[in-house]
Amino acid sequence: MSLVETAEQAKQDAAYKEALVEVLYQLADDDFIISYRGSEWLGLAPHIEEDVAFSSITQNTMGHAMLFYQLLEELGEGDADALAHERISNERRNGTYFEIKNGSGTYLEEPQYDWALAVVRNYLYEAFKKVKLEEALKSSYAPLRNTADKVLMEQPYHLGHWKTWITQLQDSSQEAKERIQSRLDEAWKQIGDAFELGPKADDILAKEILSSSETLKQRWLDSVKETLTYVPNGDLASELGNGRAKEHTDQLDQALATLSEVYNSDREAVW
Amino acid sequence: MIEQQRETEIFNRLKKVDDPELPSVSIYDLGMVHEVTIDDNAHVAVTLIPTFAGCPALDIIERDVKNAIEEIEWVKSCDVTFSFDEKWSTDDITEEGKQQLKKHGVSPPPENYQPGEEWSVDCPYCGSPYTSMENVFGPTACRSILYCRSCRNPFEAMKPVVSYTAS
Repeated sequence: MSLVETAEQAKQDAAYKEALVEVLYQLADDDFIISYRGSEWLGLAPHIEEDVAFSSITQNTMGHAMLFYQLLEELGEGDADALAHERISNERRNGTYFEIKNGSGTYLEEPQYDWALAVVRNYLYEAFKKVKLEEALKSSYAPLRNTADKVLMEQPYHLGHWKTWITQLQDSSQEAKERIQSRLDEAWKQIGDAFELGPKADDILAKEILSSSETLKQRWLDSVKETLTYVPNGDLASELGNGRAKEHTDQLDQALATLSEVYNSDREAVW
Repeated sequence: MIEQQRETEIFNRLKKVDDPELPSVSIYDLGMVHEVTIDDNAHVAVTLIPTFAGCPALDIIERDVKNAIEEIEWVKSCDVTFSFDEKWSTDDITEEGKQQLKKHGVSPPPENYQPGEEWSVDCPYCGSPYTSMENVFGPTACRSILYCRSCRNPFEAMKPVVSYTAS
């Protein structure tokens, strides 16, 4: 497969384009929903420095989502803002584990969020994102390579942050240890679909847009095993559904309704 | 020759457009200007390289650059675009930019930084290396918060961001 340099070139091969947009939606929707869940922690993080750090990571991750939505816009998928705000849950391709609520309550009412979930989920996500983007550096689609390279220049700060948290908590009090372990057990049952490539997986591989699901999973496991002192037994499962095939929980509907409320109040406004 | 003069004039103007979040540091000195073209109809196209992807100041920068260039008498119009294909790195900051950053209380990023390395930061006020990192994340994506144990001033530093090489 030779390098596809531009969106125009990609559009000339319908099968190539269809496979490519799947990969881009996965990358965009993952960054988008994880940063939305991150934004719900604003003002609620354990201490003020963490609040600054977490919101900075969240804002920058939203910027990464925007880069991927822009690549989709260039391919004729529609306006980047509309792709972020207007698509309903069964058009989304994010991994289901990244969409679940931060805990009980809502941001405005009784937000009883769980910090162990925030630490475990964000650490596992950033480790996964690094692996996926490193594989994207080898993609046949040049604009995807460039974007992956740009994001990877910034992302080490995000991964480093969550790695510090999980390393310290898993080596902390008995309660901290147990809460991290129980969130890891939960993650192992829910994160499986994140490694899937979706309905166009065969073409994605044949056209060398991204590496295989097995490669992503194996490289991710190798990387998290270097940091985690407790690794759950058993295979990764997808108990919440397969997000890459647009299956989602009603928790994603709740997130989308909240995050697009202002946007939907006046779609023509320039913010 | 006239063409060269015009180009110089554009660059001189760009050296006066400050980053909205770093007053007194120009977008030129931050290394954000990628390309300037002037066509036969006196239309100017400026291509900029954004710093961090999540930087919310891009719209303001675009407006400020457009306004600054269109103020030049012979310029008919100016278009500003951001290129995400080019990668900004903190190595692109000019010497002048580094001096201006220090005046603003922001230490410039380390030179010849390799990804993953630890880095040390000297205080922008007294130059002491006896500093501590308070928060890697600061008021904007590109800055960290530090404290100088010699002159007891809090200050900021630009995070090093350099091209990534897969390990």
